[in-house]
Amino acid sequence: MHLAYPAVLAVLLFCTGLYGVLARRNAILVLMSVELMLNAVNLNLVAFDVWLRDTLHGGQALTLFTIAIAAAEIGIGLAIVLAVYRNRGSSDIDRLRDTAEGPDPADPEGPEDPAAPAQKAEAAA
Amino acid sequence: MSATLAQAALTAPQGFLSPSGVEIAFLLVGIATLGAAVMTVTTRQLVHAALWLVVALGGLAVEYLLLTAEFIAWVQVLIYVGSIVVLLLFGLMLTKAPIGRSPDADSGNRWVALTVAVAAAGTLVWVVVDAFRTSWIDLDGPAQGSTKVSGEILFRHWVLPFEALSVLLLAALVGAIVLSRKSAPDDTPGEASAAAAPGGRSAAAPGEPSAAAPPETESR
Repeated sequence: MHLAYPAVLAVLLFCTGLYGVLARRNAILVLMSVELMLNAVNLNLVAFDVWLRDTLHGGQALTLFTIAIAAAEIGIGLAIVLAVYRNRGSSDIDRLRDTAEGPDPADPEGPEDPAAPAQKAEAAA
Repeated sequence: MSATLAQAALTAPQGFLSPSGVEIAFLLVGIATLGAAVMTVTTRQLVHAALWLVVALGGLAVEYLLLTAEFIAWVQVLIYVGSIVVLLLFGLMLTKAPIGRSPDADSGNRWVALTVAVAAAGTLVWVVVDAFRTSWIDLDGPAQGSTKVSGEILFRHWVLPFEALSVLLLAALVGAIVLSRKSAPDDTPGEASAAAAPGGRSAAAPGEPSAAAPPETESR
């Protein structure tokens, strides 16, 4: 098999996940996109391990480690998202701007997000 | 590097224009996987995004099988499709994700995100294709990722990282429990205001059905 097939597929999956991380608003959808990026890396690891015929099979061992770390990451990430939802009543990452360095506190949000200052006020109450 | 190129030239019976059967299968499954991934990041129905993610991860498991990494493929099916997607669906339900089309699933900077992603994809595809133009994977011979091989290398050469990984999983488990339990009962003013602040929405969340109940019933 040509090596370019799995490499290009991994690149495209990674960039799909990159778009998802940057463009999604819900925190759980961002976590799904992070899973896509991790899977692209796994595909690269497996393909290069099979290509190089590594005697230690380091690529496959690292793939197993990445899968386990992804499981740990999704557990911690969902716990954080649920804690944020319990405190704020929202899991939209666009609204979680308490630590943002806004130039003007009177107009911290974009025009597409008019409910955010009220949300922040009642979260801080 | 030249030795690798020479070996690749020796083990390269065909070029781009005469793909073998496994390459055609890889290409077809890859197109399905990529389509499912694109649907995952673009659909406006949140639960459908998780279900498209199942298709994408299952397609990747088939790709692992085509690359003769058999054990990785079954681990992928078990852990990703079996547990992580279920966990994500539980997360969607616990945060009261809207059923049906939600108009604000994408944030306002999606065009910037699309630009960044397309630029990164173009650059990386160009680099990867240019670098591995003359590299072929030799899939003949014994399978390199069978369960026997994986078990031998994992418990012969990678035992110490494996055990460190188990410690990391334990730490993640404890951390998830600590993060998701309620605060201590002597923090009742902060907890009461935090529970009452979002207008009763979090008080009715299915994960913690008794936010108004005495805290001793939930904090063990």
